[in-house]
Amino acid sequence: MHDKTIAQLSASLAAGEFSSEELTRALLERIERFNPQLNAFITLTAESALDQARAADERRQRGEAGPLTGVPIAQKDIFCTDGVRTSCGSRMLDNFIAPYNATVVEKLNAAGAVMLGKTNMDEFAMGSSNETSFYGPVRNPWDLDAVPGGSSGGSAAAVAARLTPGATGTDTGGSIRQPAALCGITGLKPTYGRVSRWGMIAYASSLDQGGPMARTAEDCALLLGAMAGFDPRDSTSVDRPVPDYAAALDPPLAGLKIGLPKEYFGEGLDNAVAQVVEAAIAEYRKLGAETIEISLPNSQLAIPAYYVVAPAECSSNLARFDGVRYGHRCKNPKDLLDLYTRSRGEGFGPEVTRRILVGTFALSAGYYDAYYLKAQQIRRLISDDFRRAFEQVDVIMGPTSPTVAFNLGEKADDPITMYLSDIYTIAVNLAGLPGLSLPVGFIGARPVGLQVIGRYFAEDRLLNIAHRYQQVTDWHARTPAGF
Amino acid sequence: MEWETVIGLEIHAQLATKSKIFSSAATAYGAEPNTQACAIDLGMPGVLPVLNWEAVRMAAMFGLAIGAEVARRSIFARKNYFYPDLPKGYQISQYELPVVQKGQLVIDLEEGVSKVIGVTRAHLEEDAGKSLHEDFHGQSGIDLNRAGTPLLEIVSEPDLRSAKEAVAYMKKLHQLVVYLGICDGNMQEGSFRCDANVSVRPKGDPKFGTRAEIKNLNSFRFVERAIEFEIERQIDLIESGGKVVQETRLYDPDQGETRSMRSKEEANDYRYFPDPDLLPLALDEAFIDVARADLPELPDVKKQRFMEQYGLSAYDAAVLTVSRELAGYYEATVAALGGEPKLCANWVMGDFSAFLNKENREIADSPVNAAQLAGLLRRIQDRTISGKIAKEVFEAMWAGESDADAVIEKRGLRQITDTSAIEKVIDDVIAANPDQLAQYRAGKDKLFGFFVGQVMKLSKGKANPQQVNELLMEKLKG
Repeated sequence: MHDKTIAQLSASLAAGEFSSEELTRALLERIERFNPQLNAFITLTAESALDQARAADERRQRGEAGPLTGVPIAQKDIFCTDGVRTSCGSRMLDNFIAPYNATVVEKLNAAGAVMLGKTNMDEFAMGSSNETSFYGPVRNPWDLDAVPGGSSGGSAAAVAARLTPGATGTDTGGSIRQPAALCGITGLKPTYGRVSRWGMIAYASSLDQGGPMARTAEDCALLLGAMAGFDPRDSTSVDRPVPDYAAALDPPLAGLKIGLPKEYFGEGLDNAVAQVVEAAIAEYRKLGAETIEISLPNSQLAIPAYYVVAPAECSSNLARFDGVRYGHRCKNPKDLLDLYTRSRGEGFGPEVTRRILVGTFALSAGYYDAYYLKAQQIRRLISDDFRRAFEQVDVIMGPTSPTVAFNLGEKADDPITMYLSDIYTIAVNLAGLPGLSLPVGFIGARPVGLQVIGRYFAEDRLLNIAHRYQQVTDWHARTPAGF
Repeated sequence: MEWETVIGLEIHAQLATKSKIFSSAATAYGAEPNTQACAIDLGMPGVLPVLNWEAVRMAAMFGLAIGAEVARRSIFARKNYFYPDLPKGYQISQYELPVVQKGQLVIDLEEGVSKVIGVTRAHLEEDAGKSLHEDFHGQSGIDLNRAGTPLLEIVSEPDLRSAKEAVAYMKKLHQLVVYLGICDGNMQEGSFRCDANVSVRPKGDPKFGTRAEIKNLNSFRFVERAIEFEIERQIDLIESGGKVVQETRLYDPDQGETRSMRSKEEANDYRYFPDPDLLPLALDEAFIDVARADLPELPDVKKQRFMEQYGLSAYDAAVLTVSRELAGYYEATVAALGGEPKLCANWVMGDFSAFLNKENREIADSPVNAAQLAGLLRRIQDRTISGKIAKEVFEAMWAGESDADAVIEKRGLRQITDTSAIEKVIDDVIAANPDQLAQYRAGKDKLFGFFVGQVMKLSKGKANPQQVNELLMEKLKG
């Protein structure tokens, strides 16, 4: 039963083929068996999962089941979970038991989903390979030598390896889409403001957005339907009705106008990846879509702007981790400064430290205008590029990442090369648009992802576009060898 | 050389909202440490601020009251620094675009001179918590009850030229925010506190001198003393060949001096930037209209009206309008009595205020209400009792016998106005004091007062003083 999608599990549970408790036990056993290889989970919540599963089974008996009732999922360890350690992949929060639930957790619980555990991630969501986690790297189930991508690497690997049919992720610069691509699954970063950030530990507040990760677009639709919605506790969440995403999957794609930005197919893109992506686009033409070459002229500014804005916000967001109220505190502090410097120095890993330092610098007196303000101006230019493109086309497509999954350790010491791994995803966050990655092929054993970018709040359209493709292809249905 | 002082004040007024500016925790003073701090106030991972619009409404009222521009769009910014009682490692404040911009306040100086003081800006921000250094055996405790309490920071132009002007400005501002009902004005509890920027320059010099900032002054007296000390310190320093350095200083009320806290070089770089968790604060006309409709009659307008409507002096009108409560009590007294505004003013400013002050009571807790006071004044007006007896009656009313007529009856304090009765007393007094009578008639006019005193004494103060004067004058002539 571990091989079924959420939609299939939902149907099986409804048909009484097995109970949620049986399903949950089966998946917990798989996690026990495979997690030592993959390191996809930081914390397993077996007991509470079984409680939730039994409660879901009772709910179903009472005839109150929804599509996610009794369906097991995993939560990225960035979402606060009441009474459960919420580490954010950091030594800083290794001892932190959250006293409340994130809105996303609350909503999925309310929908009857069963939380199997908390997934591994790059420390504070800062990384593209899941190698910055305090809990060690996650391995890619398609090739254990390869990284799963990041920062939602644990969620992506767990879904790909059939340890869970779905998981939550968060995406600040590509952290859902890039690991989804590298692990051969489907992941959606919604429009900024679509999913509440309450209880989601902030990395870069103006870019962070939670979203679903699953094998299929249909499953993402089911998860997003439960996760999305206005939350009065998040001032940046948007008060706008949530469409029935699952009901919007089917319309045919005839007449769809797909924009192909020439900047996304140029220098830096691996040739083999380009060929796989072009084949996928050809498939879309067969489905009736029309492709148009477009230009997003400021694309090359996205990474530099992102690496000012995100670190600037992170330098402030992570100031609360000071060893005073919770989290890591150094032993025997001599005085206040010692408490701060050693608690933070010991609690944060090198990538987080680097970004805090960069961000602190960018906001400093005398540099603010040259860096932060300039980066905000670039953000506007990038949004304008997209706005103009969407006057011409319905969606934009391109590779999710310029290469397939790289080897563990390959880029770990070279932050700039690592940052380029998100070259096609970052602009979407800067503009606040929705973006989806779906699996469209392999190079050797390693998957390739296609990114689809839509207009604001066009999640339903992106899911529809991905779903139609998945009706005529089977890349999303393939299972990594050994799992 | 003649020196000129330049002072600008930054005043923090705690807004009288029920809950905090970015969370729903209560703001009440004096609760057990950390019992009024929720996850947001504690800066837990993943929490987000949500703006309390009541604080915005109050800020808008203040802006309208000082004739300022209430910004239709303002921005919350983060002020970043590390301190144990600052849970998030930043304070949410407003920096480049504050909600209130460019207003003014008229202050009254001696001899009826007034002066316009510019208010540069007023912005919304959250308060920090408190560090507790006692009872923790070499460690510090943190109380986050106050963290997130809404503050309005009101920044003046450097228009103040003396400690006295600074105090007058601060008092005027204090009166205003309390009038508006946006601050309880309690300085001991820190609801209204002040930082003073002080510099001196040779008189006539257009350039400002280097300033020192004196932090956290929480009484009018401290503001005056701290500024006076600081002016003298800076002048002495310059005159002895030294230079004032830009720094933050603390006032020590025990020693009566200011001391250096940190220099400009040690000052924090606060790395302000717009808070991405909060949308720009946008105010529409409807919102401003509501705030405008909530404005009470402002102190200066009320004072002017009191002078015109009640014929009061500027001084009396100022005293009576010092608070909305006192002004309201006064007007209720006049209304109940149906006139005699000056008599009412004398009593409200005199005995009534004295009793309140003596017992440190609020007007709301006064044992004598305006109608009851008017009942007493009516008996002065209709000559049932004299002003002197009225004081006795008032004391009895204050002590719990609230009705003036009942007190007068019970104690038999009704004034004697019957001429024959007064004459009888006068005759008795004259008969009993033949020596004094002889001396008076021999030209010792001063003794008239003696006879008045004797008559009043014998009548237990009840004889109508005016009639006593007239009749006695006649009788003593012989």
